[in-house]
Amino acid sequence: MSTLNSKIPAGPIAEKWTNHKAKIKVVSPANKRKLDVIVVGTGLAGASAAASLAELGYNVTAFCYQDSPRRAHSIAAQGGINAAKNYQNDNDSVYRLFYDTIKGGDYRAREANVHRLAEVSPNIIDQCVAQGVPFAREYGGTLSNRSFGGVLVSRTFYARGQTGQQLLLGAYSALNRQINAGTVKMHTRHEMLDLVVIDGKARGIIARDMVSGEVKRFGAHAVVLATGGYANVFFLSTNAMGCNASASWVAYKKGAYFANPCYVQIHPTCIPVHGSQQSKLTLMSESLRNDGRVWVPRKKEDAEKLRRGEIRPNDIADVDRDFYLERRYPSYGNLVPRDVASRAAKERCDAGFGVNKEGMAVFLDFKYAIERLGQETIAKRYGNLFQMYEKITDVNPYKEPMQIYPAIHYAMGGTWVDYNLMTTIPGLYSLGEANFSDHGANRLGASALMQGLADGYFVLPYTIGDYLGNEIMVPKINTNLPEFEAAEKAVTERLEKLFNIKGKTPADHFHKKLGAILWDYVGMSRNEAGLKKAIEEIKKLRKEFYADLLVPGELKNVNPELEKAGRVADFLEFGELLARDALNRKESCGGHFREESATEEGEAKRDDENFAYVAAWEFKGVDEEPALHKEDLVFETIQLTQRSYK
Amino acid sequence: MADIILNKIYVKVWRQNSPKAKGRFETYQVENVSQGSSFLEMIDILNDKLILEGKDPIAFDHDCREGICGMCSMYINGHAHGPDTEVTTCQLHMRKFHEGQTIVVEPWRAAAFPVIKDVMVDRSAFEKIQQAGGYVSVNTGGVPDGNVILIGQDDAEEAMDAAACIGCGACVATCKNSSAMLFVAAKVSQFAKLPQGKVEAKKRAKAMVAKMDELGFGSCTNTGGCELACPKSISIAHIARLNREYLSAKLSD
Ligand SMILES: Cc1cc2nc3c(=O)[nH]c(=O)nc-3n(C[C@H](O)[C@H](O)[C@H](O)COP(=O)(O)OP(=O)(O)OC[C@H]3O[C@@H](n4cnc5c(N)ncnc54)[C@H](O)[C@@H]3O)c2cc1C
Ligand code: SF4
Ligand code: FES
Repeated sequence: MSTLNSKIPAGPIAEKWTNHKAKIKVVSPANKRKLDVIVVGTGLAGASAAASLAELGYNVTAFCYQDSPRRAHSIAAQGGINAAKNYQNDNDSVYRLFYDTIKGGDYRAREANVHRLAEVSPNIIDQCVAQGVPFAREYGGTLSNRSFGGVLVSRTFYARGQTGQQLLLGAYSALNRQINAGTVKMHTRHEMLDLVVIDGKARGIIARDMVSGEVKRFGAHAVVLATGGYANVFFLSTNAMGCNASASWVAYKKGAYFANPCYVQIHPTCIPVHGSQQSKLTLMSESLRNDGRVWVPRKKEDAEKLRRGEIRPNDIADVDRDFYLERRYPSYGNLVPRDVASRAAKERCDAGFGVNKEGMAVFLDFKYAIERLGQETIAKRYGNLFQMYEKITDVNPYKEPMQIYPAIHYAMGGTWVDYNLMTTIPGLYSLGEANFSDHGANRLGASALMQGLADGYFVLPYTIGDYLGNEIMVPKINTNLPEFEAAEKAVTERLEKLFNIKGKTPADHFHKKLGAILWDYVGMSRNEAGLKKAIEEIKKLRKEFYADLLVPGELKNVNPELEKAGRVADFLEFGELLARDALNRKESCGGHFREESATEEGEAKRDDENFAYVAAWEFKGVDEEPALHKEDLVFETIQLTQRSYK
Repeated sequence: MADIILNKIYVKVWRQNSPKAKGRFETYQVENVSQGSSFLEMIDILNDKLILEGKDPIAFDHDCREGICGMCSMYINGHAHGPDTEVTTCQLHMRKFHEGQTIVVEPWRAAAFPVIKDVMVDRSAFEKIQQAGGYVSVNTGGVPDGNVILIGQDDAEEAMDAAACIGCGACVATCKNSSAMLFVAAKVSQFAKLPQGKVEAKKRAKAMVAKMDELGFGSCTNTGGCELACPKSISIAHIARLNREYLSAKLSD
């Protein structure tokens, strides 16, 4: 098996990024004007990258599938964004943020990338403030912070429960300024359906105009994917309906390795599933665990009565409540990392203590915080979340505890990238949730926003120069080249193929079935037999899909069902890779829990001797086994230990 | 959690195959909808049924389904985002409807928001207004430490109130003049409350208002319908602030 070159710079951890920046190429302003860059996706990562690259002088063409960049899924992030500012004087530092992220990721992330992330994190806050992002403030006018899971300091910046919205609107405003200046050409309602590779380099994309149905070619000297995560492969998740794996997947099929697909984050505090008509799950921000206490009844008969609706939660006395996180993890309590909190909830529900009709929910109770701080303070902190909860469930969380249960939320895995954020295809970059790089096997809360903006504002604008510096003699990419023609033809043929199956089953039905297979066998707890079964079932489902799919409407018009069909077709291939990766990784780590690898107390047990590597998969054909490449993770700074939050 | 089942309801919805095509209402029957389901989940059920009957499903915009992306946009029983308050279409739940009811669903209707298909409209005019001036002109890098700019809590909170706009367009759809004043005011007001926004305040107010006028939105006659329809409760007090900003910009011309 070959080893991957991650291009991690030499030297002490705290000097790597500085040294690297000093060594990489810089493109002159006159040459930047001659270079075209395509940015696919304008969420936090893509919008910040597109705006920053355009400010530098590159010609940027950007794409998103919504009708505005402001609607990317980043908009939904609630809780906050981390930064090592140490404004609270609680002994936070770049090193501590770096350490927390490596530990939180269960020692499966690259040290050098994570340290760089921590280093640039303070700049992100400054940038956002300068753009006019209305972060929460103290009475004296300074910036406020709150705490998030998995850490002991208070380093999370926030704008009510709408931090993602405000950060995205900041990046969107920077992008709009460049669109107005003519340096970014923005294509909304366009979906990327293929990557064009010429002589081994990424040179453009094929996209479908989602209004006219036209399939179009776009060329550039480099292509940046910032297309978000793949959690929607599970059908029910906290992601937006359109979130997909397709852009990363076509890149994979053109030679970009896919790393650690089995690392999926299951968020502990989501509104539980009700009935069978549900289309998505709603997250209740992790910040709620700052003031909410998680519990189930201590006595099974109380849980049973709750399930039958015979008693209400407030009928149960404090002594009969089991605050199981505080009991099991006294030092972190309700603020343990997400993977730990999710598994603990599942454990209680599986043991028969679940509190809703389905037995798949626990309580998150604000009674104690309201007694301590008053309702007004709680309303100020979480008002919009409480409103959202009440609108969905018809229960007032000021009066009665929320019901929550874990749900699929975030993709730690993604396209493999080197230290420059370049994939294994030269000239193709991957940013934000779409890449695999910084969160290891579990992401800490408030770190995805940080990573997306770090990549887009402060990393890519530097590292892309190292590649484009060698491209200055390359003229504008000609989209009449045979490679473009072939790619466009392949896209058109695939759309026609899906459209012409004319079977009996709409795309969503297959998506739901795929989601159920993954949730049952590749969800919160995984084992060898189940994973093998999942792979077989997915293969079978894929066959059924191509025999029985029904796409209505027209090819050359608005057609959401055609869009869905394409995404589900990709998910049906990607889901198999996810299961294969989970099967290969026989250890438990972070969000990946293998029943075969647990401690006596049921905690995840890593196997550093055999699995301290990034699994990067190479495409070999749809029905072929992919090839595994290992990037060994070398820990020079932090010592590997079993994580403990006790 | 309510999960009473509505055995039968009727959806009378606007169908229009393309921007130039003639539109019409069609009425469909939908069965077995849980009151715990969201409005869009009910539309999903209807669409599934239409597809299986060999018909074209209803095209509509949506994405996050949690009231924040601003994509969903249905005019339901005479109200933008339907009969509930402070919610988007995707947050509206079927508890607000009863057995046997006929629910009328239309697209946003405004000259500046042409129909693309069915109840999906083109809101790119909103993009153009933001591009005209909805930003603070700073490049990436080289900015001062975040705590150098002190902002009083009240100002920060007020800026946040305005910044909560999701760009859905319900204000325009509700206004009898199809004015975009609330949307423009939300952005201008956010920056007006912050020191970062002050430098370009005059230029911004003029540029955004000029673009709005150019794109065919009507003028504001203070009827206040927008505020009631707004899922984020953006207050018309922001319109007053926009007017002040605009006037002072014009006076200094
Ligand atoms: C409900 C929720 C709450 C969260 N809360 C937090 C939080 O409090 N703190 C935190 O740090 N993180 C949070 N996260 C995670 C975080 O929001 C995301 O990981 C992050 O915003 C992803 O940003 P992105 O730019 O990588 O991708 P996205 O914002 O998902 O953007 C993807 C972009 O790609 C485009 N796109 C996708 N596919 C295609 C295609 N084929 N063709 C063209 N365009 C395409 C989309 O249009 C969009 O513009 C939360 C996530 C969720 C779901
Ligand atoms: S002001 Fe309110 S109604 Fe108008 S676009 Fe913004 S959120 Fe929507
Ligand atoms: S779908 Fe995002 S606000 Fe309704």
